[in-house]
Amino acid sequence: MQTFTYYPGCTLRTKAKDLDAYARKSAEALGISLVEPENWQCCGGAYTSATNEPATKLSAVRTLMAAKETEGLVTVCSACHNVIKQTNYDISRNEAMAVKVQRYLGLEEAYTGDTKVYHYLELLRDVVGFDNLKTKVVNPLKNKKIAAYYGCLLLRPSKALAMDDPENPTIMEDFIRAIGGTPVIYAQRNECCGGYITLEDKAQAAKRSNAVMESAESMGADMIITACPLCLYNLKKNSGSSLPVYYFTELLAEALGLKEVSNE
Amino acid sequence: MNKNEKDWIDITSGVNVRKCMRCGKCSATCPSYDEMEYHPHQFVYMVEKGNIEPLLNSKSLYKCLTCFACVERCPRGVEPAKVVEAVRLTAVRKQGNNHLLPDQIPDMLDDDLPQQAIVTAFRKYTK
Repeated sequence: MQTFTYYPGCTLRTKAKDLDAYARKSAEALGISLVEPENWQCCGGAYTSATNEPATKLSAVRTLMAAKETEGLVTVCSACHNVIKQTNYDISRNEAMAVKVQRYLGLEEAYTGDTKVYHYLELLRDVVGFDNLKTKVVNPLKNKKIAAYYGCLLLRPSKALAMDDPENPTIMEDFIRAIGGTPVIYAQRNECCGGYITLEDKAQAAKRSNAVMESAESMGADMIITACPLCLYNLKKNSGSSLPVYYFTELLAEALGLKEVSNE
Repeated sequence: MNKNEKDWIDITSGVNVRKCMRCGKCSATCPSYDEMEYHPHQFVYMVEKGNIEPLLNSKSLYKCLTCFACVERCPRGVEPAKVVEAVRLTAVRKQGNNHLLPDQIPDMLDDDLPQQAIVTAFRKYTK
């Protein structure tokens, strides 16, 4: 059994428990051991790209260092994934930043980006393998037209995240095929849902999330899947659409027979 | 124009604004275009010219969604979002200039709102 360090992040502990619980259950069933590091801290939610901001990198570096003894660091939430991967990328190319962070944290050696970071979808693609996943499916999502919603944070900036083609991604569609569903390709799948603007400007959040939902509906989707708690919130609460929105881990667990089948 | 302020923004953003060829793709792809007074291409151009004061006082600073669309799609690799961020940091770092205060949060909450939204907004809107 391969062991990875697993970083849930703030939201998976509270508002996105399904995203978390089904990720853990499914990994176990797929022969992957996920170990949560002790005393992890929030990733910060948004990556601060300013060159003179070492303080905003510290929490991500602590998490990256906690994964040193395992095969890599696994994230599920799109925002955590984005912040941690961008931190890892930038610190591996910026010695001055690595030294500043070393001094802040009082490390014996500077951390220079050695940990390999996987989004859970990458874990499925690159470690488990989608072909292998397919053989583990007991309850395929037959005749379900599923629209993958990437949003912004899973793919961009692509040179740091290196997850998939940022304009024509396939990882979530390949995942949908592996669990027996039919992927629906639509124009807005990698455009923003509105993100945290929902705090200040509901109208803008409604405009963005409606554009996504209408785009998916126009291509005949039965449901949308996402990896991001904030995307799920915006699409469900701000769009006014009744198209069901799920976390991708919910469908994974359903396909693996680890969750009751929903009737929607 | 305050030359120190322009230099600080150049250093903070790490962006060479002179690489911009004025194609406007950053603004064309920006999900907040309609809500902005100054658009991403204008941030790049106005910083290049040192015309920073109007940007510092504009609500456009708080409309960037950190979606990285302009960063990804700029054909010249200018990364306009980093310029917007550097100007926003210049604004919020001034004393008393935090855009979001903890006291405002309770009224913004509902039962389903992920704390991810609050954490992200604090990181973007406060020093």
